[in-house]
Amino acid sequence: MNSSVKLSCRGVWKIFGSGAEDFLQKHNNKPSSHDLKNAHLVGGVRDANIDIHSGEIFVIMGLSGSGKSTLVRCLSRLIEPTGGEILFDGQDLLKASDKEMIEIRRHKMGMVFQHFALLPHLTVLGNVAFPLEVQGISKEKREQQAQSIIELVGLKGKESFYPRELSGGQQQRVGIARSLAVEPEIWFLDEPFSALDPLIRREMQDEFIRLQNVLKKTIVFITHDFEEAIRLADRIAIMKDGKIIQIGTPEELVINPATSYVAEFTQHIPRAKVLTAGLLKAAFDSSVETAGTLPHDAIIADVADQVEKSDKPFAITGPEGTPIGLLTREMVLDVLVGREVVL
Amino acid sequence: MIASVRNMIPAMGPIKGAKIFWILALLTSVFFYIEGKGLFPKWMFKIPRKSQLPIKKYFSSFMEWLVEDANFGFFTFKEMTRSFSWLLDVPLSFSTSLLSTGFLEGQGSQAVQILPPLSWIAVIAVVIAMGHYARDWKLAAFIGGCFLYLAVFGQWDSAMVTLASIVIAVPFGVIGGLFLAIAAYRSPTFEKCISPVLDLMQTIPVFAYLVPILFLFGFGPVAAMIATIIYAMPPMTRIAIMSLKGVPGELSDFGNMAGCTKRQLMWKVLVPSATSGLMVGVNQVIMLSLNMVIIASMIGAGGLGYDVLSSLRRLDIGGGLEAGVGIVVLAIALDRLSQAFATRPDPIHSDIPQTLIRRHPWTVTVTIIAIVTLVLGLVIPPIQSYPGVMELGVGTSLAEFVKWININYFDTLEGYKTFVLVYFMVPVKLVLLKMPWAWTILLLSVAAWQLGGVRLLALTLSLCLFILATGMWEKAMITVYLCGVSVIIACVFGIPIGIVAAENQRFGRIAQVMIDTLQTLPSFVYLIPVVMLFRVGDFSALVAVVLYAIAPAVRYATHGIQQIPPALIEAGVTSGCTKRQLLFKIKLPLALPEILLGLNQTIMLALSMLVITALVGTRDLGQEVYIALTKADTGRGLVAGLSIAFIAIIADRMIAAGSKKAKQRLGLG
Repeated sequence: MNSSVKLSCRGVWKIFGSGAEDFLQKHNNKPSSHDLKNAHLVGGVRDANIDIHSGEIFVIMGLSGSGKSTLVRCLSRLIEPTGGEILFDGQDLLKASDKEMIEIRRHKMGMVFQHFALLPHLTVLGNVAFPLEVQGISKEKREQQAQSIIELVGLKGKESFYPRELSGGQQQRVGIARSLAVEPEIWFLDEPFSALDPLIRREMQDEFIRLQNVLKKTIVFITHDFEEAIRLADRIAIMKDGKIIQIGTPEELVINPATSYVAEFTQHIPRAKVLTAGLLKAAFDSSVETAGTLPHDAIIADVADQVEKSDKPFAITGPEGTPIGLLTREMVLDVLVGREVVL
Repeated sequence: MIASVRNMIPAMGPIKGAKIFWILALLTSVFFYIEGKGLFPKWMFKIPRKSQLPIKKYFSSFMEWLVEDANFGFFTFKEMTRSFSWLLDVPLSFSTSLLSTGFLEGQGSQAVQILPPLSWIAVIAVVIAMGHYARDWKLAAFIGGCFLYLAVFGQWDSAMVTLASIVIAVPFGVIGGLFLAIAAYRSPTFEKCISPVLDLMQTIPVFAYLVPILFLFGFGPVAAMIATIIYAMPPMTRIAIMSLKGVPGELSDFGNMAGCTKRQLMWKVLVPSATSGLMVGVNQVIMLSLNMVIIASMIGAGGLGYDVLSSLRRLDIGGGLEAGVGIVVLAIALDRLSQAFATRPDPIHSDIPQTLIRRHPWTVTVTIIAIVTLVLGLVIPPIQSYPGVMELGVGTSLAEFVKWININYFDTLEGYKTFVLVYFMVPVKLVLLKMPWAWTILLLSVAAWQLGGVRLLALTLSLCLFILATGMWEKAMITVYLCGVSVIIACVFGIPIGIVAAENQRFGRIAQVMIDTLQTLPSFVYLIPVVMLFRVGDFSALVAVVLYAIAPAVRYATHGIQQIPPALIEAGVTSGCTKRQLLFKIKLPLALPEILLGLNQTIMLALSMLVITALVGTRDLGQEVYIALTKADTGRGLVAGLSIAFIAIIADRMIAAGSKKAKQRLGLG
């Protein structure tokens, strides 16, 4: 097992309906869609296998009813999976007792909800301090801790406000602050920005990226918005009808969609926002004069302006810092105008 | 055109069959009516005593066993109930001391008052403070005014006794209901078990369980309070279950993710989030407790209820009316206050750190007033209790007024009464009594089957057979007759009022206020003016029941019309409907399901009121329950009470099925 894997799920099933467990065992943990239909059961999550690495943003993307919310609730065991195992730092969560589970959630997990799920009778400070309160931390200490997180998410001065006095964006900042209060090791975000206006959504995405640059959490992020997934993800899992169809980096999904379903999402995504210099590069030729160097993981859209302005190509450096290829103005232009690119 | 006709043909088949059946049934019934009872043997009308099931006896001997012999090893059942009532007695005597008698040392007539009760000024200050805290000065003034009325019109002492028991009964009802709801929320099995019990508790008349309570808890304020709590708890339980289930799933998910234990999840997340719904339940408990005030005085509660009851028994109209109005004033004040708490705007933030006095201005003020009036009251008695010389009595003038009406309008009133009795009530009664039971049960079963299929048929049949087998059939038919005519009259007046109220805003507002007031009045209060004007008998019962039960007919009709999607009405207008056509072709058919629900509620209220009208001399199941109460006959009371509950359940299930069908046909949810 990869040592940097934080959370991994193996063959996780969630079947809704009566007698689900017997049904799963009877079919050797591999029932087909046909079997499910015959037994009048619904497969919420079907045979999910995921490894989530430390410090990565792992996005689970799917349309409504695809089972993404069910999956994330299985990962945090808010929903009891019908079968499979969920390993958190190597410990199977499904074998944890209620007491152990409470301890894990109190200290190692945080979750942000689509509709914020703020407690209406508590102030901003009270809400953010709540997870600490249930641990039994003294009022003074927990409010002090909550205060610093409120400042981190930019809500200083609103501590004594009640949730309904805040805008949607501000409410979700409270939700984010609250989920971070216990300094979780893994951070679940269930469609955190879906209920917000498009402009605020964008602002919150930027804020999220900024926070992650500071905090470096392991993140499981749920969304139905493929563009949001592309923007935020290190890796994306695409779900349909309870099944994970494909897992990969945004670039891999765009270049190499596993099914026509995935391709439907990816075809509207501007390539320049996904492709990296390292993938596009031409073979390195030390005789060519270069304008400078660019890292292999630079996104084309981010460096396009720079490359287009220069007559000379840029050298692309690999992970070790040695040049591994060249990026020319023509290549960038091809990507920008959407011509077929040979990779 | 052709297509639509063809579409209708398959639907016509069964409806036509049903129509023919009901036309034949009607003709047969008319035939039975004309031919009279001679057509059938006597047992088709009344089951002979020796073939009746002795269910009454079972109940009575079970009760006897409970009281005499039941034993849990360490203690007997009776010891348990008595210790339970002792437990309730502690807070009750504290609140009674606080509000009414003062704190006493010693027993009986030798008791020495060591601390007087709260002065009338302090109590009024408390309610004003609560009114202002809950909403604003206007409400505070209104509620203060209500309590001042009680003082000025000489009802203070009784009102405080009543208030003392309500102040204790309400928290017990609320907390008990909440705990049942929490258990039901946690365990679906428990919810399934408790749901039919709640159904029964809400439909069985209170009188029916007064007797067992009397046996188990003795006679006195505590027993009365227990009856009140049992009566007021089911709606609280229901509302609390609904509110807990209404908390968004995300919030309980959050609670779990924050690492709440089960208890933390319930008390720190779910219950606070459900507060507004729970407050509606609290309001219900308060209103139901007040509704019980008079009934509870039958098993030993004092206060205003006792005043009304004893005046009614003495036929002291003025006195009864005064105390009755006192209950009404108390009820309205507490209703408005608790409603204001339920809809209280949520707190808003304040930035200034506050001192104790700043944070609790009212608590501090009220405490100061209480202490100051206590000290001053020792020196100046009028500050402690409202001076008797300044009391106003309206009793005699009210009695004079009623006398005046009775002298001057006797013929008119008597004319109305005779007309309704002869041309409407008596014929309906005869129709019901002249049908042999087998025929009535057959018709009911067919209706149940058509409306709700086999399950409803089975339910209806078995409940009917219970009533029949226990020998309650004839009395049940009288109950159905009284309930039926009252409901018909309530609907004849109520539904048109509701429709007009929906169409005309100003009228709507007036109707709303009247309905609200009618619903706040304890059911017993309706009897007082009715008896004064029409004396005892079925007609008085009818009037009281109609007044009590008309509210839902109006309310649901209004709501039914108002909830019609505006687009449908616009469609009617643009296709050139006249106002009349609009009403009869669009609004009424679409409002039908709601109106049916209103009918359902009207029947439920009518049945609950019928038991109370037993006091004015009806001959139905209600009378049976009432007699059982006076004779302390557990079995008789319970069987009659259950029969009433079963009539209610049959009516409820049938109408609910009909309403559901109508809704499906109209495609409304």
